[in-house]
This record gives sequence, structure tokens and C-alpha cells, in this order.
Amino acid sequence: MAPDVTTPPAGGTALPPRPAGQRSVLQRVLATRESSVIGALLVSILAASLLVDGFASGRNSGFLILDIAAIALIALPMTLVIVTGEIDLSVASTLGLTSAVMGQLWVIGLPLETIAVLCLVLGALLGAVNGLLVTVAGLPSLAVTIGTMAMYRGLAYVILGDQAVADFPFSWTGGATARLSGTPIPWIALLIIVLAVVFGLLLHATPFGRSLYAIGSNDEAARFSGIPVLRTKLVLFIASGTVASLAGVFWTLQYGSARADNAFGLELSVVAAVLLGGVSIFGGKGALLGVLGGVLLLGTIRNALQLADVSSDMLSIVTGTLLVVSVVLPNAIERVRARRRTAEPPS
Amino acid sequence: MTGVSATQAPVAEHGGNGAVRTGRRIRQVRELGILLALVLLVAITTLTNPNFLSSQSVRDLLLGATLLTILAVGQSMVIITRNVDLSVGSTLGLSAFATGTLFVSLPALPIPVVALAGVLVGTVCGAVNGALVAAARVPALVVTLGTLYAFRGIGHWWAAGEQINAADMPDTFLGLGRVAVLNIPAPALIALAVVLTAGWYLGSYRSGRELYAVGSDPQAARLVGIPVDRRVFFPFVVNGSLAGLAGVLYAARFGTLDATVGTGLELEVVAAAVVGGVAIFGGSGTVYGAALGAMLLTTIGAALPMLRVDPFWQQAVVGLLIIVAIGLDRLLVLRAARRLRGGESRGA
Repeated sequence: MAPDVTTPPAGGTALPPRPAGQRSVLQRVLATRESSVIGALLVSILAASLLVDGFASGRNSGFLILDIAAIALIALPMTLVIVTGEIDLSVASTLGLTSAVMGQLWVIGLPLETIAVLCLVLGALLGAVNGLLVTVAGLPSLAVTIGTMAMYRGLAYVILGDQAVADFPFSWTGGATARLSGTPIPWIALLIIVLAVVFGLLLHATPFGRSLYAIGSNDEAARFSGIPVLRTKLVLFIASGTVASLAGVFWTLQYGSARADNAFGLELSVVAAVLLGGVSIFGGKGALLGVLGGVLLLGTIRNALQLADVSSDMLSIVTGTLLVVSVVLPNAIERVRARRRTAEPPS
Repeated sequence: MTGVSATQAPVAEHGGNGAVRTGRRIRQVRELGILLALVLLVAITTLTNPNFLSSQSVRDLLLGATLLTILAVGQSMVIITRNVDLSVGSTLGLSAFATGTLFVSLPALPIPVVALAGVLVGTVCGAVNGALVAAARVPALVVTLGTLYAFRGIGHWWAAGEQINAADMPDTFLGLGRVAVLNIPAPALIALAVVLTAGWYLGSYRSGRELYAVGSDPQAARLVGIPVDRRVFFPFVVNGSLAGLAGVLYAARFGTLDATVGTGLELEVVAAAVVGGVAIFGGSGTVYGAALGAMLLTTIGAALPMLRVDPFWQQAVVGLLIIVAIGLDRLLVLRAARRLRGGESRGA
């Protein structure tokens, strides 16, 4: 595809050779954002294993995974959405509305299999509403999804009020947190990995994925080069809504409780994890591996701090500082490098 | 593209003044629209329940709208420069807690000094955001999402689970809401002063007009010699200070303070600005509109119970309103663009 020439994805495995740089392949791999995130993740896992009692146990890693499952799931399509230069802030509300609907349908007496399917359809519809408002109506996604964030959460309250439905059968609630036989790993980890591979291949190994970077770098240029920009964005919003409702079904079963305020405020955690993973908020840059690293990094720090009995306020400070530093630092390095480049005589 | 603009040059030259006038008319239509919606809502609610316009409930309504209005004014100034500040809820919380703590630890301090200190806490938070955005060139959404967590964390760490109660603060301070001029409570007058000052600054001052230029096209603004970094920094400081002021007023109004004050407020504030016609991508909107947006959102909250609508509908209605508002903005921009025949057709 033509746009690839102008927009090399930051996180692709096949980076085009830079004319100015004489750095080796290893140096280039190490310089990517993903490797610094993964590096930070490894360091924090190592530090937590050495310093925090009980961190490096199988049981604890099971808890860690369950803790970040919803964020990890929602972060996958969110990455693709942000790479195209859009954003979806309504995901946590979609999760909440799904949970409310799930509770109400269970009260009515539908079987859970049917409910789960209906919930996914609902998520796709909610995502399509976002997508249509952004593409057909041409409205900015930041404003649209702040609107639907309020609207979907509001509808969740309309459906379930401040009540909770908590009488789901144990076969389902226990099943949601069940471990893979013989291991401490919950099966949801498998689902996350499968979906991560699907979204990763989609983003990094298909023309569709390449077109997302083109759209994120320059929406108009992408349109002129024949990429169906609007249809692509619509598909991504539908994916985002569907996965958010999948996370909603899982969340409801995991905590055994359908409530309208489930996952309140989760959208900002998801966005923070995606940005920490090196995805540019302006679109056109980022890789799924970095995002997974970002999700795991936040999850590890949170888990370790909890085990170390450090109150959760430190977590907020660490999360916020990490997020700011992770963007300020590469920016500063880049500016210093640019200054040095202009100082040197052009070769 | 160059060929097109060359043929359009005379039109643009000729229509320069017309574009400004059309732009101004759009804003007026837009703000009148919200005012109309507000009046309609009040009228219908009053017809259904005459108590709605009793002096007590009007006073409650004004008091309720005060915080959101002040925050929406600051947020609008930031959004006009094509940035956003998501940390306002945390800043408000930090300043409210600082105000309460000062009363507890230094009871001898006069109230204005404490209030000023509360505002200054906000100023510092705003300056941190502004410096990171303007000097370090980090996207505002990322910076303020980070400081949203960081400021909140600092608040939690400082409060360490403690709570400050009304008994810890002087009665004169807590009675601020009961002081009224012409039946308008003092905090609402403060908010009014904030709206008018900011509106006057944005409308009549050169540096105020330059905020719009920066928001419309930062690169072009730089090229014409506008000190873009300073123009981006300043609204963050103002917004932080206003969030600090709102924190002080929060402390005076509610009396009970802990580290969670103002959680989740940021998106409501952005919503008020957007409903008020402040375009999320900068360059257009007024603080009057944003103030009306804040009034409308607050009034919806107060009116629904009076209309015997299940209060659970409130959020859904607000969400719908946001989408209708931005849809309306888009429509007005498209119509104006058609009228100007491609003169200024940048999508909102």
C-alpha cells in the first residue's frame, strides 16, 4: 500500500533502514518504546520478586492476571482506535451497561448462554453508535465518547438503578475465575493471549493494520490514497464496543455482581495503559506489544504495592508519574538529538 | 490544492470581514440556543411544580452551579488553545483539603489568607501542567491524565485517611453560602465575576484573542509571531487557580473534606464546556457559553426530580445533550462553510 512509504509504523518488526543512522539492528530494537516498556516491566517484576514477600508465587500471579483482565481486554481494540487518531472514552460505561443488562435479563429468566450472546450484540451496537457519530456525522470522537460515556452509564442506572443482581449460578461465577487445569493461571489469560495475537496480527501483519497507521498519521492523505477511512473507523469502534461488553460479561461473573456502576472510571486506566505502552495520542504510532507491556507494568506495580501494604495512594502517584515521564523523556531525548543533529555539519 | 486556493483568494479577501461576522453570528445562535433550552427547562419545570422558582430553590440552584461554572470557565480557556485539563477534579480536591488542613493546623490565620493559599495550591498544579505541556511539548491529554492520578495520589498521601469536618473550620467561612446580595449567594457572585472577567479578557485583550489563534492553528500562530508556548501555559495556570478557587468554595460549602473530593469531576466539566459550544479541538467558543452549559447541566439535575422523572435518567439525558450539542455545532459550521463557499471550511 502506498501510505506505508510515508508512515513507517513505530513498532513494526521490519523498520526501514534509516538513511542517517548507522545504528545496528540491536540498537534500533532497544531504542523502540516497546523495549523500554518491556524492560521496565522486567525490572519491576524482578524488583517485586526480590523485595515483596509473596509476589513471586503462582497463586499471586493468578490474582494479578484476574485483576488486569478487563483492562487488558479493552486495551487491545483501544490501541487500534488510538493508532487511527481517535479515542473511545465510553468503554467503561459500555461495560457497566452490559453488566446492568446482563443482570436484568437474568432476573427475567433467560439462560446465561443467550444473555452472553445478546450482551456481545449490545456491545457491538453501542460501539456502532459511537462509530456512526464519528464517521457519518463527522463529530470528534473525544467529545462523542464523553457524551456516550455519560449516556451509556446513565442507561445502566435506568435499567438497574442502584441495585445489584448477584444470584448468578456458581457454575458460571466460579467458572469465570477458574484456573487452567494443573496451573495457577486463570483461563481468561488464554483468551487475552488469543485476542492479543488476533489484534496484533491485524495491526502489524495485514494491509488493514498498515492502513490504520496511515489514517492516524494523515487522515486526509489516507482517504486520497484510497483507504476506506470511515468504514475502517466504524469497524474499530464496533470492535471496541464488542470487546468492552465481553469484558463486561466477564467482570460481572468474576465479581458475581451485576451493577450499573461496575468499572466506573476504568476508561482512564485503559487509556493510561495504552499511552504508557508507547502509543501516540495523536495516532500513527504504537505497537500492541508495548501496550501489553504497559498493562502488565501497571498491574505488577499495583499488585506489588498492595502486597507490600503500601496504601493505594502511592499507586496513583506512581501511575501518574510514570505516564508523564514515559512521554516527557523520549520527547526530551528526541529534542536533544535533533539539536545535536543540526549542530553537526550535514554529511 | 494550491490551484484551488489561488482561485479562491479574491473570495477570501472579499469575505474576510463576512467570515468574522458569520462566525460571531454562529456563536450567538449557539449561545442563544442553550439559553433558550435553559429557559424552556425552567419554564416547564415551574409549570409542573411552582416550587421550582421559590427563592430557596433558586438559591440552591445557583450555589450548585457555582463550582461547575467556575471550573467550566477555566477549562474553556484551556480547550480554546486546543488543549484539555483532565486534572481539575484532583486539583480541586487537593486545594479543598489544603484549605481545611490550614484551618486545622493554623487556626489563627485570617480566612482570606487561607482562601488565598487554597487558590495558590491550584495555581501550582496548573503551572505544573502548563509547564509540561508548553515547555516539554507533551500532549495535554497525556500530561493531565498523568497529573490526574498524581495530584489525587498526593492528596491521598497527605490526607492519610483523615477527614476534616465542619467543626474544624470557622463559622464565618462555612457561612459564605448564606451571605447574599439581592438574594444571590456570594459564591454565585464570585462565579459571575469570574465569567465576566474571563469573557472580557478573551474578547477584548490581544493576548486573549491570541488564545483563539493558537487553538485554530498552532503552527500558523507561531509563524505570525504569537508566543505560542506562553499562550498555552497561561490558561493552564488560570485553570489551575480557578480549580483552586472552586476547591476553597467546596470546602466552605460542604464542610466535610477527605482525599476523594472532586473525583470524576473532570469529564463533567469538559461536558459543560462542550455543551456550551466550546469546540473540543480549540479555536472557538466563549466562556459565556461554557457558563450557560454548566448552568444547564446543573439545572437538569435539579429539574428532573421536580418533573417526577426518575433521577436515574439524569446521566443519560446529559449524555444525549452532549451529543446533540456537538451535532448542532457541526451543523452550524457546515452551514457557515456553505455560506462562505469554502472560505473557512475547517471541520469543527
